Formats: sequence, structure tokens, C-alpha cells
Amino acid sequence: MLKLEKINTFYGPIQALFDVSIEVNQGEIITLLGANGAGKTTTLMSICGVVPPLSGKIIFEGKEITGLSTDKIVSMGIVQVPEGRLIFPRLTVLENLEMGAYLRRDKKGIKKDLEYVFNIFPILAERKNQKGGTLSGGEQQMLAIARALMARPKLLLMDEPSLGLAPLIIQQIFDIIKMINKENKTTIFLVEQNAHQALKIAHRGYVMENGRIVMQDSTENLLNNEDIKKAYLGL
Amino acid sequence: MDYFFELFFSGLSKGSIYALIALGYTMVYGIIELINFAHGEIYMIGAFTALIISGILTILGFNKISILILATIGAVIYSSAYGFTVEKIAYKPLRGSSRLSPLISAIGMSIFLQNYVLLAQTPNFVSFPELIPEIKWLEPYSSFLGSTDFVIIVTTAIVLVLLTILIKFTKIGKAMRATAQNQVMAALVGVNVDKIISVTFIIGSGLAAIGGVLIGSHVGQINFYIGFIAGIKAFTAAVLGGIGSIPGAVLGGLVLGWTESFGTGYISSDYEDVFAFCLLVLILIFRPAGILGESTQQKV
Ligand SMILES: Nc1ncnc2c1ncn2[C@@H]1O[C@H](COP(=O)(O)OP(=O)(O)O)[C@@H](O)[C@H]1O
Ligand SMILES: [Mg+2]
Repeated sequence: MLKLEKINTFYGPIQALFDVSIEVNQGEIITLLGANGAGKTTTLMSICGVVPPLSGKIIFEGKEITGLSTDKIVSMGIVQVPEGRLIFPRLTVLENLEMGAYLRRDKKGIKKDLEYVFNIFPILAERKNQKGGTLSGGEQQMLAIARALMARPKLLLMDEPSLGLAPLIIQQIFDIIKMINKENKTTIFLVEQNAHQALKIAHRGYVMENGRIVMQDSTENLLNNEDIKKAYLGL
Repeated sequence: MDYFFELFFSGLSKGSIYALIALGYTMVYGIIELINFAHGEIYMIGAFTALIISGILTILGFNKISILILATIGAVIYSSAYGFTVEKIAYKPLRGSSRLSPLISAIGMSIFLQNYVLLAQTPNFVSFPELIPEIKWLEPYSSFLGSTDFVIIVTTAIVLVLLTILIKFTKIGKAMRATAQNQVMAALVGVNVDKIISVTFIIGSGLAAIGGVLIGSHVGQINFYIGFIAGIKAFTAAVLGGIGSIPGAVLGGLVLGWTESFGTGYISSDYEDVFAFCLLVLILIFRPAGILGESTQQKV
């Protein structure tokens, strides 16, 4: 479904990604693990065209999307739940969700999906007229996920959705990610530092170090890999 | 008491013009954090456009009201085209560079447009036709509220209501607010950020053009330099209210208008500009973010 072929991405003169190749298949959850500063966020931002790669190719559903503008890429069904959630702080919860559906025109479908996300996250329904900036961290993460769902994504990119949240909420978030993948058949590209949880729900995983992919395998193999155990699972 | 009301309404009308221009500064700042120094010139170009159109329509024998309306529409379209083009030429190529470069580019654009009008038109003041007709039923109140002030105040009020509806309730208005709050995230939900920036320049320029037409027929003469003075005053108004805040720009404009009007009326007309800047200094000392500005984060 999504294929990165040897992409190289730069911030000015600084190279952040080196020949990164990743493949995501329809319907699966893949996870990208790596320490802080490894280049995970940059990878997602490259896919979305926010920080486009200088070389290499990104192919989505058979079409090359390298170099397209972000709104074009989003319109093809690639939607991101970014690191730090990036809630619009002075839009209400409802307006944040409406922004998620910005590119859609099917009023009825949007209304149905609004009910759907309120069903998954009842707290958002309670707070729908509150400004996004007044929500707690966990609520903001839920809003960020709900906002992404409002776009009916084909491919959902999630950047450290568990960052800074209480354990109970982390569990809830991961359950919901799994549910989204199962029920909606949404393909998910999950970036995490929380390797335990990520490997529990993902089908395959990639490991990134200093801007390079250093390992890729099924989650079972990764869970049993000695290096992974030491570096990412704290065993 | 009539004198008080006279000052009140002339301040309100003056403040309305400041508000119309200040909105352009504040909306652009809210989205790309740029002080668009060429904005005053867009207002001046609006006034000149209206002057030319009304000249032609007068020769063709149109009546006053239709000239006013058509000249305003023409000025709005022409100024908007200028605002759009200025952004594309002078600011867009510099996006992502240091904050200083677009600022210098803006000052350059301002000087360029002034001199362009100076050369294309004239360095002298030209008289601007009185486009606003006398309103008969206002006659009993004419000691403190003239027709021109009345039309300026009412037009501004209508424009502000429409702008509020646009920004609060329409899809493009929500996209403008979202873009002002977080540009990357706006792009990530599919907003074409370039388009929203263009729309912001177009709306701001159109508002300034309306101000230009109104003030032209109020004062009765214009030249290539009116944009500079009005621009600085309106910018002051935007900062007073809290730059980036739309209600702030309106409030700032009105406060400035009243300060000037009451100051000149009760103290001395020699110090008209002094009042404005004293007020600015005072506000900046006690409320650095402006009257309605919450913090540097506060935008649209
Ligand atoms: N906006 C930026 N400008 C310059 N360098 C950046 C920027 N964002 C990230 N980097 C650098 O790129 C590298 C990868 O960062 P990032 O993709 O955020 O890593 P991760 O998400 O894995 O923590 C880091 O060395 C970081 O310092
Ligand atoms: Mg990151």
C-alpha cells in the first residue's frame, strides 16, 4: 500500500534520514521503533510532504506521491496523528473534529462519523463545546485520534500516541488503535518509543537508529531478539 | 452635550476606518506573523481606484448611490488583486527564511507602491468626489452626526458582522483560524495553506479598500502618501488591541479614533498624532500584548 524507497531527508544542511526503505501492506499495523532523535517523526513528515525527501521515492497505492503538497497527500487518504497531538487550541472540540473532515463533502457521512467517534470517546461528546486547549493530555490525544478518523483515512500514521500519558490511558489508546485496525480495516503506521505496547498490537516492525533502518522483522521475532530486548524492552 | 456627541461620532467614524485597515494587519500577522508594511498602500490604491471609477461613471451619468457602490466594488476587487499579488511576489518566496527578510521586503513593497502611484498618477493632492449622499432624515441630528460619518459607521458595522460570520461559521473561516493556530496541523488535515494565506491577503486588502473609499469621500482629497499615515495609525490600532486578534483590531481602532477625536476636541488639535502615540506607549507599558491580546500565542 505504502512504499518508501531509499528516501533521504534533510533539515537544511543536516541529513536526518539515510536511504530509508519501508513497506506497509494493506490492512496491517506496522510499527517503527527507535530512540529519541532517530528520525521517526521525520519519516512521517516526509510521507506527508511536510518535510519532503530530497531523493528517493514514496509510492502510495501504486502512485508516486513524492513532492506532492501535503493537502494533496492527505486527500489521497494518508492522515497523521502527529507527535504532540497538535490540537487547534482555540477551536472547540467539535470544530477540531470538523477540521478533521475538512476535505470531505458528504455531510451525512460526516455526521455519522461524528457519532461514531463520540461513541468511541464519550468524553469528547461531553466536552464538544470546550476549546481544544483546555483538554487534558489524554483527552487531547483522544481528540487527535478522533480528528484523524473524521477524515476516513486509508492509512493512519500515528506518532507516539502514548507519549506523556498515564498508564491506564495508554492501555485505552492502544486498545482503540487495535480496534480501528480491526473494525475499519484501516492500515496503521505506528511510531512508538513504548516498544512493549507497540509490539503487542503490531504485525511487523522496523527499528531505526540515527536516521537508518537497522532491522525489520515480524513482531514475534523482534520480541525475541536479544538486541531489541536490551535496547527497547529494558529486559 | 452636542459637542460631546459630535466628538463621539467623529471619533467613531475615524476609528471605524482605522479598524477596517487594522483588520488587514492583524489577520495577516495572525497567519504568517508578518507586519505587512505595504498594507497602507493597498488602502491608498483602493482610494485611487474608486476615484478613477467614479470619474468615469460620473461622465457616463450614473447617480451618486450607484457610483458609490460600483466604485467601492471596483476598489475592493482591484486592491484585493494587489494584495494577492504583493503576497505572491514579495512574501511567499521568502517564507521559511528569517523573520527579517519578509519585513524588509514589505517595506520595499510599500515604497515601491507609493512611488508607482506617484509616477502613474500625480504627486499632488487630487480632489475626491463626494460619493456619500446627504441623508435627509439625519438632518435633525446634523449638529453632531453628519451623513458621511453615519455611512462610514454603518458600513463598517455591516462589514464587521459579515466578517465575523465568515470567520466563525464558514468552512474557509475555520480553515483560516486553524491555519493561524497551527500551520503544519492545518496542512495535515488537508488545508491548502497557500490558498488560505492568499485568501487572508485578499480579505484584508478588500477591507482596506472599503476604508479607502469611505475616507476619500469624507476628507475630499487623496494623494499617494495617504496610505503611509493611515497605515501607521491602523498599525497602532492593531497593536493597541493586541496584534493577531480580530476583535482587538476593531477595539483598537475605535479607542484610537476616540482618543484623537476627544483629544483634539477638548485639549488641542495641534497634538492629534501625539495622543495616538501616547496612548500606544501607555498601553504597551501596562499591557504589552495589547488590550485583547492574551499573550504572544494569541492569534486569530
Ligand atoms: N525542524 C528541525 N530542524 C532541524 N533538525 C531537526 C528538526 N526536526 C528534527 N531534527 C533533527 O532530525 C533528527 C531526527 O529527529 P526526529 O525525526 O524528530 O526524531 P524522532 O521522532 O525519532 O525522535 C534529530 O537529530 C533532530 O535533531
Ligand atoms: Mg519524534
